Amino acid sequence: MRIRTVVALTGALALSLVTGCAQGGAAGSSSDTVTYWLWDANQQPAYEACAEDFERENPGLTVEITQLGWDDYWTKLTASFIAGTQPDVFTDHIQKFGQFADLKVLEPLDDLGIDDAAYQPGLAANWMGQDGHRYGAPKDWDTVALFYNRKLTKAAGLTAAQLNDLSWNPEDGGTFEKAIAHLTVDRNGKRGDEAGFDRNNVKVYGLATNGGGDGDGQTQWSTFAASAGWTYTNEKRWGTEYQYDSSTFQSVIKWYFGLAEKGYMVPFTDYNSQSNQANTQVSSGRAAAAFDGAWMISSYAGFKNLDIATAVTPAGPTGRRATMMNGLADSITKDAHNMPGAKKWVTYLASAKCQQKVGSYGIVFPATPDGTKAAVAAYEKKGIDVSAFTRPVADEKAGGKEFATFSYPITNYAADVYALMHPAMQDIFGNGRSVTSLDRTNSQINLILDQ
Amino acid sequence: MTVASTSPPLRRPRGDGALAALFVAPAMLGFLVFLLWPTLRGVYLSFTRFNLLTPAEWVGLDNYVRMVNDPIFWDSLTVTVEYVAINIGVQTVSALAIAVLLQRLTQSAVLRGIVLTPYLMSNVVAGIVWLWILDTQLGIGNEIVAGLGFDRIPFLADETWAIPTIAVINVWRHVGYTALLIFAGLQAIPNDMYEAAKVDGASEWRMFRRITMPLLRPVLAVVLIMTVIGSFQVFDTVAVTTAGGPANATNVLQFYIYGSAFGRFQFGYASAMSVALLIVLSAITFLQYRLTRAGHTDLG
Repeated sequence: MRIRTVVALTGALALSLVTGCAQGGAAGSSSDTVTYWLWDANQQPAYEACAEDFERENPGLTVEITQLGWDDYWTKLTASFIAGTQPDVFTDHIQKFGQFADLKVLEPLDDLGIDDAAYQPGLAANWMGQDGHRYGAPKDWDTVALFYNRKLTKAAGLTAAQLNDLSWNPEDGGTFEKAIAHLTVDRNGKRGDEAGFDRNNVKVYGLATNGGGDGDGQTQWSTFAASAGWTYTNEKRWGTEYQYDSSTFQSVIKWYFGLAEKGYMVPFTDYNSQSNQANTQVSSGRAAAAFDGAWMISSYAGFKNLDIATAVTPAGPTGRRATMMNGLADSITKDAHNMPGAKKWVTYLASAKCQQKVGSYGIVFPATPDGTKAAVAAYEKKGIDVSAFTRPVADEKAGGKEFATFSYPITNYAADVYALMHPAMQDIFGNGRSVTSLDRTNSQINLILDQ
Repeated sequence: MTVASTSPPLRRPRGDGALAALFVAPAMLGFLVFLLWPTLRGVYLSFTRFNLLTPAEWVGLDNYVRMVNDPIFWDSLTVTVEYVAINIGVQTVSALAIAVLLQRLTQSAVLRGIVLTPYLMSNVVAGIVWLWILDTQLGIGNEIVAGLGFDRIPFLADETWAIPTIAVINVWRHVGYTALLIFAGLQAIPNDMYEAAKVDGASEWRMFRRITMPLLRPVLAVVLIMTVIGSFQVFDTVAVTTAGGPANATNVLQFYIYGSAFGRFQFGYASAMSVALLIVLSAITFLQYRLTRAGHTDLG
């Protein structure tokens, strides 16, 4: 055997494999294709419809949509930045974009002509980086409300009007705590507010849980903390100091997780981020009500044999009802293979036309007011009343007498904040650790932000 | 057998070295590209601040200083050791029992196949299936526990239960494979020893202690070294069942390393912890090898 020939052949094979891989990676990124990633499978049909219209308006351009589950999405995105196989455009989350902007993998979108006034209040402004550049084009928004099982609230004698008029305080929990205590039933049929209630043998909990809530508590404690007047950081955006050490915050957290100790809220041990989230607890009949986000509307509406309705969040010590209002955006990657196409596509995604189309699918609230209207109408057509989610936004626009919306915390080092707050909140909820332990976690976080 | 002495004396052909090199080349290439180079680069990166997307910046021993002062690192090392102790302890004893039973009672290939079945499942799938089985409220495992009149057990949601549960899930998956390795070792023990012992009136237990265990030692040592190394690298089961929780109770070292690297983009620090893990594993392997005299056999 001619060794040199074999070596040459092996070398050629290896080379072709390597180049093959490289080509494979860049496949579909030619000048007429725009690659687009999103994580919500429910939204894919809506965006596919948008893409079709876009392709019709821009002959020669094709949009290639890839959907990946939330967990894989970010891992793959990170890996793709390293491998150079990143999508041209991707759906971005407020928690992630600061870090991406910091890593310089996002293309500034200042030249797209995004008009803040064209979208629901605050949505566009949130996507301005610390460097003053825009990194996201507003796409949709969500708020949080109380989903409840109508059969169980009826049995407890609670009307929709009552549930939409609850208030709470960290001392005695107010009418909100009374309501969920009354919704709680133990094995012997005793309600949570009756004498002889057995908190260790609860059959139906008044309130479901979505776990400790990490650093944001979006569907857990954020509505209470905010309606008590607390804010995540010292600034509206790009704050430099977190405030988990505030006594207001800690008293809210103590009261909130105390609901589980009293037997009114599903305990930490029954929660699992994979198998047993709040919606599962409601659908399995273990919980009567749950705070959850607008992105879950269709999931709750889809529960067979369950009649689910929604109510606004309870009013807090500030006198207002608070809900996080979070919005997603589309971002363009810095090394997009098809930059001109990507910019066109994002401009289209942010346009009134596309957002109205997406709204008409009744699956998410688009960022433009008209898109939102289209979504509300589409939900109504399906028989779903979404006013508990839209009222806070409408009220905020009118001056915010009854409601207060607040944004997801926007700071640097979001991943580090998560890494520290995730176990810290689990420790309080699951292991009964004192809320004052947050003082130390908070100073660790602020030390990192100080870098 | 006598080798025919009529054939001419073997002359070492000149081309042998090159041909051998060619045959070794693919494995060598794999070793260099996928093992040696990443290891060296990992060691280098452990002295840098590196976020993958911008060039690494030399920071000397900073990462190691941070590691020594990082309570979460020490906590995750403790959790890992706890996991390994339970995992290896339970797994080795059960595998040995299964292997001996297989050898002494039956030679059925079907039975051997059944023992191996869980190993055919991917770790992630096994983790998810057990997660559902053990769910406090919805899991069939807990339905049984409740049906028997006990309180439901938060297997994966309680800090005391989580590590033992994950350790046992992995025992379930790996025990068949380990048992088969030990079983292969048992096959190498000459049967006449058992027959001789039987003639002398030895009981099964006595034969196990006096024949099986001593003669199995080299195989057992290798199996232990392999499983301990594997056990220290536990990651997937944790990632799908508890994600390190509740409150870092299952934050094993590999998971902490992964989180630091891919969650927080601290690849330098993650590399430093990986180097620490490499050193710990090397030391343990070396110790085990020496203590168990894995290279020697008692079979005369």
